[in-house]
Amino acid sequence: MIKKFNTLWGVMIIFFSWLISHQLIGSNIIPAPHVVALNFINIFYPIILPHLFMSLLRILVAIIISLFLGVGLGLLIGMNNKLDLIISPVVYLLYPVPKIAFLPVFMLLFGLGNSSKIILITVIVVFQIIVTTRDSVKAISQEYFYSASSLGLSGIQIYQHLVFPAILPNILTALRITVGTSIAVLFYTENFAAKFGIGYFIMNSWSMVNYVEMFSGIVALSLLGLALFKLIDLLEDYFCYWVKAGNREGRPELR
Amino acid sequence: MLEVDSVNFSYQKEKVVKNISFRIDSGESCSIIGPSGCGKTTLLYLLAGLMPVKEGTIKINDNKLVGIRPKSGVILQNYGLFPWKNVYHNIELGLLARHTDRKMIEQKVKAVSSRLNIEDHLEKFPIELSGGQRQRVAIARTLVLSPDLLLMDEPFSALDTLTREEMQNLILRIHNRDNLSFVIVTHNIEEAVFLGQKIAIMKNGKFTHWLDNPYFGEPDLRNREEFFKISRQLRRLMAEDDLL
Repeated sequence: MIKKFNTLWGVMIIFFSWLISHQLIGSNIIPAPHVVALNFINIFYPIILPHLFMSLLRILVAIIISLFLGVGLGLLIGMNNKLDLIISPVVYLLYPVPKIAFLPVFMLLFGLGNSSKIILITVIVVFQIIVTTRDSVKAISQEYFYSASSLGLSGIQIYQHLVFPAILPNILTALRITVGTSIAVLFYTENFAAKFGIGYFIMNSWSMVNYVEMFSGIVALSLLGLALFKLIDLLEDYFCYWVKAGNREGRPELR
Repeated sequence: MLEVDSVNFSYQKEKVVKNISFRIDSGESCSIIGPSGCGKTTLLYLLAGLMPVKEGTIKINDNKLVGIRPKSGVILQNYGLFPWKNVYHNIELGLLARHTDRKMIEQKVKAVSSRLNIEDHLEKFPIELSGGQRQRVAIARTLVLSPDLLLMDEPFSALDTLTREEMQNLILRIHNRDNLSFVIVTHNIEEAVFLGQKIAIMKNGKFTHWLDNPYFGEPDLRNREEFFKISRQLRRLMAEDDLL
């Protein structure tokens, strides 16, 4: 039952937790969820949608660039030990750097428009994808490579039939983490030199002390994340059917 | 068919295959038995061309082995099936590598799956199959390429006794029908006797004894006194080598 309506179940838990918070605090800083819901429906098409569209565009472009760069580089260093020795230390040095602090630098270098925002999201999330891809490639059992070679698969065919399908579930998991991080970074970037974007809309509503609209923006951001997560679930269902087939074999219930 | 002459192989500085020489003729079979870590899997990988022969020579049909040979089929210990591909797509892999056209692939996959009684499982993923069915798929994937030499690395070690015997019978039927030469690496005495026309005992990278099995391939061999006699003989030789 819960499995079938899990999203609805999540919405109900959040709705009631929110309602309780609203009642406990008794202030319009946390407006009632049904008021926000009504406002969200009223302003969605004329006001929120253009902001949401702009945010979605920035996130999608950043994620697509990150996937190409991250999976490409991850495959390269995962399959080649010498390159791994050279490139991985650079990745480890750059990964923990708080790249969010570079937004002013990116704005100076790439302008105040979309480019600097997309580049900042990309440089933050690409490392998660590089590391996940590299580790996933290294975790592929050597027996699969022997199996592929013994069947006569060429180098490209080994990537096509072995390496890429083997790492795809992990890439999709990295993508889920990436979506969460991207939305957080997106919110930050849209607070600077932006006139469109859901982050801008939320902070603008806050500065105008319009908490109902601010929460409507937060709901929109949450729904954007949900839509992206569901899209990744669909991709997983389609491309990684074998993982679910394995799960259906059954795991013992934990007591 | 297969001639191995003075082959040595080392992992870094440790020599794991030491001066191995033997030959099997076309249509013959050979079992290599030994404990874990004795070098038998490495030897099989050398015969398959999966590892480079740096010292000594391996010749198959008078041609020196350099790299993977298209007519050698390899069945690995854990089947080597790709879990992300269903049975059909696992079986077709070698044919795709050989750029066989789609229609021909379909015909060949259907024929081999029917021969191995897995035609009802073509849409299933390996995780949805039993151990015996997975092994059949691994065999089908190799047989679809019409090999003249089959190399098997402890192929039935993960199977229960009944399924293991069923698979041994299957290999024997394939051998009898196709006159297929094969080398099987095993640590099971009965399996070595049932499937080996020649049986080699391997210890610390070397062959210590050879045994001929004149009863190989005879029907109902497992129930015959000769089977137990050769098994006892093999057991005794292994005991002499402190392997039992």
